[in-house]
Amino acid sequence: MNAKAIVVTSGKGGVGKTTTTANVGAALAKLGERVAVVDTDVGLRNLDVVMGLEGRVVFDLIDVFEGRCKLRQALIRDKRVETLHLIAASQTKDKTSLSESRMRETVRALLEEEGFDRVLIDSPAGIESGFQTAAAAATGALVVVNPEVSSVRDADRIIGLLEAREITEVRLIINRLRPKMVKRGDMLEVSDVLDILGVKLIGIVPEDERVLVSTNVGSPAALEDGGAKTTAGSAFRDIARRIGGEDVAYPDLDGSKGVFSGLRRLFGGR
Amino acid sequence: MFNFFRRRRSKDDLKQRLKLVLSYDRARLSPGKMEQLKRELLGVVEKYFPSDGDDLDVRFEQHGDRMVLIADLPRPPHH
Repeated sequence: MNAKAIVVTSGKGGVGKTTTTANVGAALAKLGERVAVVDTDVGLRNLDVVMGLEGRVVFDLIDVFEGRCKLRQALIRDKRVETLHLIAASQTKDKTSLSESRMRETVRALLEEEGFDRVLIDSPAGIESGFQTAAAAATGALVVVNPEVSSVRDADRIIGLLEAREITEVRLIINRLRPKMVKRGDMLEVSDVLDILGVKLIGIVPEDERVLVSTNVGSPAALEDGGAKTTAGSAFRDIARRIGGEDVAYPDLDGSKGVFSGLRRLFGGR
Repeated sequence: MFNFFRRRRSKDDLKQRLKLVLSYDRARLSPGKMEQLKRELLGVVEKYFPSDGDDLDVRFEQHGDRMVLIADLPRPPHH
């Protein structure tokens, strides 16, 4: 993706935005990019705990917005991956200082003054001001969707709002896909979701218990190297490589031909 | 694909329902309002073509990027 500032969004809550931000951010940093992940879910911050950095939050995004600290003081460096940094959301309820212009200025400073290659912005659920602020500075978007009715409907709404903001690089991540349910026809398959939503795909993440286990201990699954190609961790690493411009083949998630063959055809069998 | 006795797959229902609800979402019109529109259109059509309005079909269709409102009224052949 050409976009340096990318908002991670979904409309619906609980589909995996924060997990995706943490994992894709960590995987991008492991590829050598200087990455800042920014939590904009003011009042309900969680990116810090998902990444295991909650004990090191001193200043947050609202402190930056209101001038209580310098931008650099709010940047928490991840000790596992040197090039990965977090700016936490404020846990207080006060959202009044969440302004689009401050958001744009902060992202600009991260890219131009602090030398980051990529800023990933974790959006709150919903389509209200929190989402609008998160999207304000973005030139690209990762829309996270689960293959079920309410998530797809909300994703469609969000895609419309992103297009209204003239965010042109909108890419879809289908999260929590269950290959066995797809195989027996009880879950939308990837081609169905793409057909309905009409945006480009950048990742398919299978339902994987290891994601929960890794968030329990505050270590993104994407950082656990090795293992099968069918793990969520591997899928997040593939997404990072695709963002970086690499052509990465989609693995056969259910171990049999058929379900994903249409998809492989769609991408020229790469 | 070869199993004609297979039960209906729930995802086929879901896909159909999603396509319908998204067509209303994208057109920013609720199904209830659509019914109202259809009734009113029917009233107008009745005024010009008495007793012909029964076959009126009103729906949204996605044409590329645009939602298009289709009102379909078959005319009986001339006699």
